[in-house]
Amino acid sequence: MRKAIVFVVALSLVASFAMASGSGEEAPIKIGVGGAHSGDLASYGLPTVNAAELVVEMVNAEGGVLGRQIELVVEDDQCKPEVATNTAAKLVGEGVVAVIGHICSGATRAALGIYTGEEVIVISPSATNPPLTQSGEFPTFFRTIAPDDAQGQLQAQFVAEELGLTSVAVLHDGGDYGKGLADFAQIALEANYPGVEVVLYEGVTVGAVDYSAIINRVAESGAEGVIWGGYHPEASKLVGQMRSQGMDTLFVSGDGVKDQSFIDVAGADSEGVYATGPRDTSANPMDKAATEAHLAKYGETPGPFFMNGYAGTLAILNAIEAAGGDDDPAAIMAALRSENVDTPLGSISFDERGDAIGVGFAVFQVQNGQYVQLDN
Amino acid sequence: MNFEYFFRLFFSGLTRGSIYALLALGYTMVYGIIKLINFAHGEIYMIGAFTALIVAGALSLTGMPALAILVLASVVALVYSSMYGYTVEKIAYKPLRQAPRLSALIVAIGMSMFLQNYLLLAQTSNFLPFPDLLPEFSLPESWGGMVNGPQFLIFVTTAIIMVALTLLIKFTRMGKSMRATSQDKVMAALLGINVNRIISYTFIIGSFTAALGGILISSYTGQINYFIGFLAGIKAFVAAVLGGIGSIPGAVLGSIVLGMAESFAAGYISSVYEDVFAFVILVLILIFKPSGLLGKPEVQKV
Amino acid sequence: MKLEAVKRSALLAMWFILLTFPVMVVRVNTVTGVVQWRWSNLVLVGLGSFVISLVWNWALARTAGRGGEAAEAGATDEATGGSGLRIGERMSDLRTMLSEPRYRTPAYALLAVVIVAFPFVMSLYQTNIMISALVYVMLALGLNIVIGLGGMLHLGYIAFYLVGAYTYGILNRFFGIGFWVALPIGAALSVVAGILLALPVLRLRGDYLAIVTLGFGEIARIVMNNTTKFSGGPQGIGGIPRPTLFGLEMGLLGVTRYTYYIIVVVVIITVFVVYRFENSRIGRALAAMGEDEIAAQAMGVDLTRMKLTAFALGSVWAGIGGVILAARTTFINPASFTVWESVIVLCCVVLGGMGSIPGAIVGALALILVPEYLRAFSDYRMLMFGAVLVVMMVFRPGGLIPKRRRSYTVDVAHEEEVVS
Repeated sequence: MRKAIVFVVALSLVASFAMASGSGEEAPIKIGVGGAHSGDLASYGLPTVNAAELVVEMVNAEGGVLGRQIELVVEDDQCKPEVATNTAAKLVGEGVVAVIGHICSGATRAALGIYTGEEVIVISPSATNPPLTQSGEFPTFFRTIAPDDAQGQLQAQFVAEELGLTSVAVLHDGGDYGKGLADFAQIALEANYPGVEVVLYEGVTVGAVDYSAIINRVAESGAEGVIWGGYHPEASKLVGQMRSQGMDTLFVSGDGVKDQSFIDVAGADSEGVYATGPRDTSANPMDKAATEAHLAKYGETPGPFFMNGYAGTLAILNAIEAAGGDDDPAAIMAALRSENVDTPLGSISFDERGDAIGVGFAVFQVQNGQYVQLDN
Repeated sequence: MNFEYFFRLFFSGLTRGSIYALLALGYTMVYGIIKLINFAHGEIYMIGAFTALIVAGALSLTGMPALAILVLASVVALVYSSMYGYTVEKIAYKPLRQAPRLSALIVAIGMSMFLQNYLLLAQTSNFLPFPDLLPEFSLPESWGGMVNGPQFLIFVTTAIIMVALTLLIKFTRMGKSMRATSQDKVMAALLGINVNRIISYTFIIGSFTAALGGILISSYTGQINYFIGFLAGIKAFVAAVLGGIGSIPGAVLGSIVLGMAESFAAGYISSVYEDVFAFVILVLILIFKPSGLLGKPEVQKV
Repeated sequence: MKLEAVKRSALLAMWFILLTFPVMVVRVNTVTGVVQWRWSNLVLVGLGSFVISLVWNWALARTAGRGGEAAEAGATDEATGGSGLRIGERMSDLRTMLSEPRYRTPAYALLAVVIVAFPFVMSLYQTNIMISALVYVMLALGLNIVIGLGGMLHLGYIAFYLVGAYTYGILNRFFGIGFWVALPIGAALSVVAGILLALPVLRLRGDYLAIVTLGFGEIARIVMNNTTKFSGGPQGIGGIPRPTLFGLEMGLLGVTRYTYYIIVVVVIITVFVVYRFENSRIGRALAAMGEDEIAAQAMGVDLTRMKLTAFALGSVWAGIGGVILAARTTFINPASFTVWESVIVLCCVVLGGMGSIPGAIVGALALILVPEYLRAFSDYRMLMFGAVLVVMMVFRPGGLIPKRRRSYTVDVAHEEEVVS
């Protein structure tokens, strides 16, 4: 039995080699795009697909990389870990050299279980969970966004030093992103800013019909500000209900809320809300060009993590070019680390762990229905 | 003991409970008559709210006065969701009257998924802000700011609907036919009651109250998307069972108990565990009263 | 007659045009205040509902014409077929054919070859989704014991799946325990959890039982979500090792194939055990209880013991499935264990045919594999999934492969009891 298995494995390996070399040098370089493309988190995943498409279109029009065209393989994971492993297996089966994605940290982590062994390079535009890079378990993982602990630290610093609060309530949505972020903010507050007391630490139930009980609790705790870890639908419900109860408690949140749709849904109540998010790069000429290309092709301004996806795609194509081909993942990874590449996020490269150097967060505030970056 | 805090939690529990009640009434009526857990009921609630949003959005461009928009949007939404309830019953549930009960349950689940995705595809997957339909008014100072205007409107509406339904069931001809049908369909038919029509009425009334709940809660929280019906539907189902499924006062009582339990758990224990607390209360009540607070003990026919 | 049907369908199409008008035609963006009028959808709805209604009424009429008794008979064998009566007949033909050894042996041999060759013929991706589907087959078989045999509506089944997955995850996280040790522990803990759940709900029936089990499922998930130190909270547990084979290094492909064979063997064991159980004394007592508790009690069936047995035996498979899930995805978090998953498993059981072992297998394979292959229609796939559930149940309420009753016929000529 064992012999038979070995034989069949060998046979299939030979066959796949024959197919790979048989098709000659003209074969396109395959890049996968994985993430939530359907379901309720699709609005976070689809902008990255658009970004990858725009970059690849541009590069292919200029003759491709090393004379070879780039082919995108787009697969949906719905942000579910168990679906993500299937998505990853499908992409590996398609023979992709690298994947732009995935979007959610949990799904990314599950998918990395497949990619790591196969040495497929993964560049996520949005998976901010710190252990993905810091644990050292996933050597092929890179990201073009700063991790959540940096964001939590920034929120803590902002609350303590800029706003000068002495008591805050930390709320989260119980999800992997939201609770993670809230935990980092709380840890940073307790470790570095003893002057700020966390008077309430609570989770809320996503989709509950109303939040007035928890809002009463915030009022009762006497917190001057709320730090929120979670996405924008719950944030707008919380802010709206706080304002309608006549509470003027400050509201500080993260990149899950730093999205125009928060302002759209929360309306006038969103005024004055703070959110941390990737630094505003709209002054960067590449950012302007990418936005215009998106407007021209899709008829609307790009959605969340578009620039991060765009930068990731540019970085991987650049690294493949520098490594002289797509057959040596180690060389490509070395190139990702050593080569600086100009992207809408600025000139970036990656550190040993896979975090992008030169990418950071800033604090924004809603002013007159727009997020405005605060200089700090 | 801080009484003001207590009362605030009390009223927030009452708000939740009232919304659950508007949904649970539909569950319990449908269950009483055809013994079906209508999983798609939460979707009717969502469709009602969405229709109100669409109509209000379209009308607001005509520059109509706000009150007229409110009335028109609500009326259209209520009529439409009743139509949806009626249609769903005719298409999906009627052919399964005699089938095993679990098959009917699966149809209801399938219908729920279908309706959710129908809205998702025909409209949007994003959250939309819900227009502020409820008239702004403030309550007298003596209420101590513990209840706000929209909350008060929600209680009053629920109370009116409950009284109206009880009167309808008790005293009208239709109500009597409904009770007869729920007791014994065959006997009711023999006595000249058009059973199919009575079942349709039940679905229409249930959908009407559900949509009313949908409109009220969406204007209260100010947002809507295609998924809001699922969780609310499950909670309302829990509430209906807690009160004793099939019983109208039971559904309201169960909803209020559930809303209160969640609110006090969130206020005094931890809001992460509000659902745990709600379910623990449910289990405790069912252990001591296996057919719910006001349900009649099931008589088993041998 | 024909004209009558067309007229009715035309009326129905009008009704649907009216019904779907606000949702399908008008799209309001409340942010920008733009209203879109999509009149073309109106025509689509009209035509679509006209055609569907014609087909639907035709099919429904066939159902009514053919199986007048079908409705009455409920779950009983062929009669349940409804419009699928013909398929039902074909099925039973197939069954009689399969009961003859000269067809049965080659058929099983062919099946065995397909199963063994599958991971070598198909790609890594296909093998992977087949593993997911087979895990659901196990879940469906387990739930089938509680629902199909015991007649107890269980909406919290996913909790035991969670127990299995977290048993492996947590034991590995704190004690570095491997797959093969975790497998029996996960199974055992699921049984304990099943009995613990069954104890307080012994007195509950029907929908009361359903809602309490649903509650337990949710409680398990919420507790895992909030005991961060113990279970990793919403971030879950990562880096769970895949199954090992005497420390042998296998690539991703190798280990996936290995996992596939493990799950295949486990599924075969499950089928065997469940089949034997169904025909055992306890199994029959359980089935009797599922039919009618009071009658069963009168016949001397110990209801308490039966209920506990059903829950315990139902849960064990979910526990094993959970351990395999954790080993396969190498990452688990509470978001994978929502009410929704319980509902999907329930759909597998009912769609396949309650109480029927081949039904549970086919139902689970269909419900998990079909959406996966419908990826191309990703936007429409959930819509279609819902529609298929409705259509299937309306036209074939007994499920794809309805349960066959064990029936005894007395052949007068031979005076011999034949078990069919």
